[in-house]
Amino acid sequence: MINITAYLLVGVVLFGIGVIGVMISRNIIVLLMSVELMLNAANVVIIAFSRTLNLMDGHAFVFLVLTVAAAEAAVGLAMVITIYNNRRTINIDRYSLLKW
Amino acid sequence: MSIDGIVFFISTFVAVFGAIMMIAQRNPVASVLYFILSLVAQSVLYIQLGALFVSAILIIVYSGAILVLFLFVIMLLNLRGTEDLGAASPTISNITKYILAVGLTLEFVFVIRASIFSYPVATGVVGNTTGDFGTAEQVATLLFTRYLYPFELTSILLLTAIVGAVIIARKEPGNEGTAAPESGMIKETKSEMTVDEVTSEP
Repeated sequence: MINITAYLLVGVVLFGIGVIGVMISRNIIVLLMSVELMLNAANVVIIAFSRTLNLMDGHAFVFLVLTVAAAEAAVGLAMVITIYNNRRTINIDRYSLLKW
Repeated sequence: MSIDGIVFFISTFVAVFGAIMMIAQRNPVASVLYFILSLVAQSVLYIQLGALFVSAILIIVYSGAILVLFLFVIMLLNLRGTEDLGAASPTISNITKYILAVGLTLEFVFVIRASIFSYPVATGVVGNTTGDFGTAEQVATLLFTRYLYPFELTSILLLTAIVGAVIIARKEPGNEGTAAPESGMIKETKSEMTVDEVTSEP
């Protein structure tokens, strides 16, 4: 028997690492993976609550979240390929075409 | 400490370690591999919480498909180590990023520690879970009855993502006349078709 606060803390720490990765990484691929990590942290919390309440609806939610993550990765990586073909870099500091 | 606590702490440590190493690596391939390590540890947490089917899906779909897609893109872009990253961003902006990210995380931690959730969770290693909680049958029953419409909508979402990815990753046909597009997916399908034609000829 582990308290649910422990699982919430695991989810928060993973989410925070994902936020830090999105903010500090200059590699667009690592940035996309950090977004995936944030989705996974949310999944851990959903599963923990699903077990606590003894309801299985959370598993269906996690299934849908995984689908959205797959779609997001596919479209994001396609955009990375297109931008790389135009700019020849994966450094997001160089992707400044829309910067005011 | 019970066996549950030991499994929980080890898998939590590995998950957090893999996540930290993922954002700390400069080589994108090593970064992807550390993310897979973190995902395996998270699936151990899922098993402990009785979500057997979802943990299997996490390994198969995430490690097996999505992260291999990341590796495939890294290979397609032909990235070699750290050479593509230029000069670091300005220091002020860097410090602001760290402060914002760590502040957000600490805020979450404080909110959780002050919250009312303090129920114990019934955890257990595999043979210990209660009944058929979390099996594929139960998840499928839920997905095809109560969550049928969201489940069908995800198929439309995936179709949109496939079409969008192919269209985005393709080069504009007008830019290079009638030259074959250089994108990986298009070229692959074309070469597969030619292989099929060649093999079916005799």
